[in-house]
Amino acid sequence: MDYSNLIDQLFEGNPRAAARLITIVENDIEAAEKIVNNIYNKTGNAYILGVTGAPGCGKSTFISTITKIFVDEGKKVGIICVDPSSPLTGGALLGDRIRMKQNFTLENVFIRSMANRMQLGGLARATEDAIKILDAYGCDVIIVETVGVGQSEVDIFKSAQTVVVLLVPGLGDDIQAIKAGIMEIVDIFVVNKMDLAGANRKVADIMQMLELNKNFVYESQEISKNLVKMKRWTPQVIKVNSKTGENFEELFKIIDIHKNFLESTGYLENYQLNRIKSETLQILKYKLTKKIEDLVNNSDKIEPYLEKAMKKSLDPYSMANKIIEFLGLE
Amino acid sequence: MVEKRKIKVLVCKPGLNGHDRGAKVLARALRDAGMEVIYTGIHQTPDDIVNTVIQEDPDAVMLSMLSGAHNALCPIIMEKLKENGINDVLIAVGGIIPDEDKPFLEKHGLKGFHGPGTELKTIVEFVKNNLKR
Repeated sequence: MDYSNLIDQLFEGNPRAAARLITIVENDIEAAEKIVNNIYNKTGNAYILGVTGAPGCGKSTFISTITKIFVDEGKKVGIICVDPSSPLTGGALLGDRIRMKQNFTLENVFIRSMANRMQLGGLARATEDAIKILDAYGCDVIIVETVGVGQSEVDIFKSAQTVVVLLVPGLGDDIQAIKAGIMEIVDIFVVNKMDLAGANRKVADIMQMLELNKNFVYESQEISKNLVKMKRWTPQVIKVNSKTGENFEELFKIIDIHKNFLESTGYLENYQLNRIKSETLQILKYKLTKKIEDLVNNSDKIEPYLEKAMKKSLDPYSMANKIIEFLGLE
Repeated sequence: MVEKRKIKVLVCKPGLNGHDRGAKVLARALRDAGMEVIYTGIHQTPDDIVNTVIQEDPDAVMLSMLSGAHNALCPIIMEKLKENGINDVLIAVGGIIPDEDKPFLEKHGLKGFHGPGTELKTIVEFVKNNLKR
């Protein structure tokens, strides 16, 4: 299959071409390879914002509000919403668009729903490729919404420049806030639904976890300078109301500070390097796993070793070493 | 390796359709049949629907109409889809569609016309058998 026509249209900013290419990378990993190969040098211009949080904490509504602000600034926004697939049937119900009915136009905002197809980690296999397609399509900002996460879905951290986690008042105490996992990868903590009782308590719990003794009302200039000096990002905490847009102005200041921080400290390069590494690793794992599975399940090369193992004269570790030898990876 | 291709379906309620129990039941049934279903919610304008079709690139669109406005809205939706060069997507309408309106809607390229009492598996089979790609 030749995708050059679609790719040309993608570079011209044709939304149908973008949509069709995303469908292709979702369904066919070999095609994804060809497509990424042809668009990769046109990527790298978009700012990627990851939004994660528990089911029902308001991710989609939050994204809708934040997108409105980006659009008002004249930015072109791409949104990728990942929802879970059924482990029983493989089907999925993708309902994130329901919360995003702010009369966005086709020119300004591109929203795409994606089923995770049982991939662990909070994203779909094709999410990275879809980000690249929207990047090449000309989006200035790409917002990635993970599936409603629990405690350890941290893949978004590898794809996004800024990771926002949404929390809501009344879920969990200060012990939840000091657990390992998702709480460690976050750049900005957003306590959503600030009109509910317990919002201040939630903010306090997180700040305690971060050992921040600063007042909640921060001086953006000051913080910015200090962070650059320390060369270390201190996660920020803010409470918002996604339905009314309350405190979003402050949130945008924090996002800007984080962007500046990444650029002025060299962290951005670091992020790009890590993203390439982790992606390559993921692709390698996928490809090698396939090869190894073929070798173990369908090759007569390992028959004699299997027989030995059955007689207990060879253990699984030694067999694994043999297979590494066959693959020429020693 | 080519993974097994998923059927992607868009379920939506155009215009002033506000009663969406049926649409939700349908979305659930298609999900349970292993399809990836996008539900857009109620009160969708023809432009909303066409934009969603462009961005999500579904294999089928199921329009749920109970309001009686099918003769007014469906042709507009079909026209706008055509304007955008979308011709490989199954567009079906269901809900309350009187028999005498079906030829008119068929002429505009709509299919399905499943009404109250239709078994869910009938609709699932209909989707599987009428895909255009």
